[in-house]
Amino acid sequence: MSRVEQVTRIPAPPGVLRAARAQAATRVRTVTVVLIGLAVAIALLTLVWDGHASDLWNQFLGIFGAGNGDGAFTITKLRLPRVVLSILVGVAFGLSGALFQSVLRNPLASPDIIGISGGASLAAAFGLLVLGAGGIALSAFAFMGAIVVAAAIYLLAWRDGVSGYRFVLIGVGIAFAVNAGIGYLLTRSEVNDVRSALVWMVGSIGTPPWRDIAVLAVGMLVLVPLVAVTVGRLRILQLGDETAGGLGVSPERARLAVLAVAVGLAAVATAFAGPVAFVAFVSAPIARRLLPTAGLALVPSALVGTVVVLAAEFTAQNVLGALEVPVGIVTGVIGAPYLLWLLATSNRGGRGA
Amino acid sequence: MSILNMTTDQGAAGDGTHGPPSGREQGSEPKAEHTLLAQGLSLAYDGAPVVHDLDLEIPAGRITVIVGGNGCGKSTLLRGIARLLRPTAGAVLLDGTAVHGRPAKDVARIIGILPQSPTAPEGITVADLVGRGRYPHQGWFRQWTSTDDAVVTAALVATDTLELAARRVEELSGGQAQRVWIAMALAQDPDILLLDEPTTFLDVTHQLEVLDLLHELNRTRGATVVMVLHDLNLAARYADHLVVMQAGQVQAIGSPADVLTPELVAAAFNLRARIVPDPVCGSPMVVPIGRFHGSDPDPVLPAREGAS
Repeated sequence: MSRVEQVTRIPAPPGVLRAARAQAATRVRTVTVVLIGLAVAIALLTLVWDGHASDLWNQFLGIFGAGNGDGAFTITKLRLPRVVLSILVGVAFGLSGALFQSVLRNPLASPDIIGISGGASLAAAFGLLVLGAGGIALSAFAFMGAIVVAAAIYLLAWRDGVSGYRFVLIGVGIAFAVNAGIGYLLTRSEVNDVRSALVWMVGSIGTPPWRDIAVLAVGMLVLVPLVAVTVGRLRILQLGDETAGGLGVSPERARLAVLAVAVGLAAVATAFAGPVAFVAFVSAPIARRLLPTAGLALVPSALVGTVVVLAAEFTAQNVLGALEVPVGIVTGVIGAPYLLWLLATSNRGGRGA
Repeated sequence: MSILNMTTDQGAAGDGTHGPPSGREQGSEPKAEHTLLAQGLSLAYDGAPVVHDLDLEIPAGRITVIVGGNGCGKSTLLRGIARLLRPTAGAVLLDGTAVHGRPAKDVARIIGILPQSPTAPEGITVADLVGRGRYPHQGWFRQWTSTDDAVVTAALVATDTLELAARRVEELSGGQAQRVWIAMALAQDPDILLLDEPTTFLDVTHQLEVLDLLHELNRTRGATVVMVLHDLNLAARYADHLVVMQAGQVQAIGSPADVLTPELVAAAFNLRARIVPDPVCGSPMVVPIGRFHGSDPDPVLPAREGAS
């Protein structure tokens, strides 16, 4: 039987593709709507939690800066900045982790595992403990620390190109070196300074000034469109360097572009919230588990990141009784078991790299 | 829609939505003839030369098959032609200009390559994977269109994988996966299709099916096909133009009937063989002799005492 016979025998409704796509799109839409709903619900809960029932309306007005009294103050001055920062940081970490894991083809590739957040911590600790920096200067230190470490990993991993496996291994090595540097700084400093440095390094949302939030928002306004610019090439790069080259994508340049955007997102979020542990690491895998097929799932990853940070921040502030802890403690408690599970299961099929 | 017109016409003609694509697309009319040749081409990995000072012309509209022993540089040559490997000397000229000097996407609309072991991201569906073959035809202002749908559907039909469209690639058998990857290369819709051992991992039925498919694409649409094959007999049957490589050089080139002689097989593959006409189509068939089955056995181990 010739191919022509086969071809003519099989009716080929282009609808097959459309149906398959529509089916997947429906699921993505559902997941997206549910995640947005969840984020909105937690955000509102964070805003009005612990208020007097009679104050609820006042508090609602307080969201918009109207209303009066303590409720309005609590919401607009204390809680709204916290919620907004949580959302921005969640989006940035979620996107960053999804990009890292896709472009390096490794579930361990995440800025908090491969030392990029550590670089931010080292620089921040140096600024805080040695130079006495604070506020926006501290953020700038952290940002630069992340960028410098990322560049160092990239250069060290370069050998006629950068492979995901080498990048991750070198990143893990760098993370150890960076931790040693942090340990050195901490042991040489005053106890009180060390405490604030530690809080920063665990990752905390705190009560950020609007100015910080504005800077972060501007950074994300630059970076998120860049994600959109690089995503087309990333989808091709996922097919392997050779196939990508054959389809007209230069693998090294595309990889560098995606990594640069991912590092930028991680750095800018870390600059204002500290290295909130494991958010970048868990968001994309959770998002992909919610979806029927694994695309890049960037939007769901960003939303999962948002939900994780909002929920962790809410837990850190309210659920643990009088004990208010930095958000990074809560995300660490969630993320560490996932890391263990991943290490225990991922290489069974030899797919670890 | 060059190499796929036969299938879009028959398979998806009822669609009616896939008009002529936008002007940027190559080869939407009956096939443009491209000249493709290597001139003094040298290729190396990590500084170790693999292909050295090689001249080769790929005839347009024909099936060229490259054969050679392991490590002779045939896959490397294919990668060099496909712009995946930068030459250390010489050039690959497409229509007179070096492919490495041209924008990657422009080349990708003319030359497509199916690598030997492509990797599919975890969880990707067949439809998604094949659809990514349309990348070189998309740009800032031309995103996914009904033309893309029609071409992808045609590629799935041509490779008999349409019913797999919603499946995950990792669930497929080796043969199915290979056909899906070929579908992706077809969706790229190049005028020149390079394939690095497209029949690896396939049982003999699917090997024939894939080669017949490529033969048909070539005969009906004039697509230029260049592939590396291991099986000399399949190579001899399907090649219009056979390139035998050894140690990074072209050892012999021409029609299979002219090229495949016992002397050449002995030289290029270090193999004693007889060449007989293929009973099916008369192309040369290489029958290897080996050490024991010919008229003059050549045992290496000493015969045991007392054994006859």
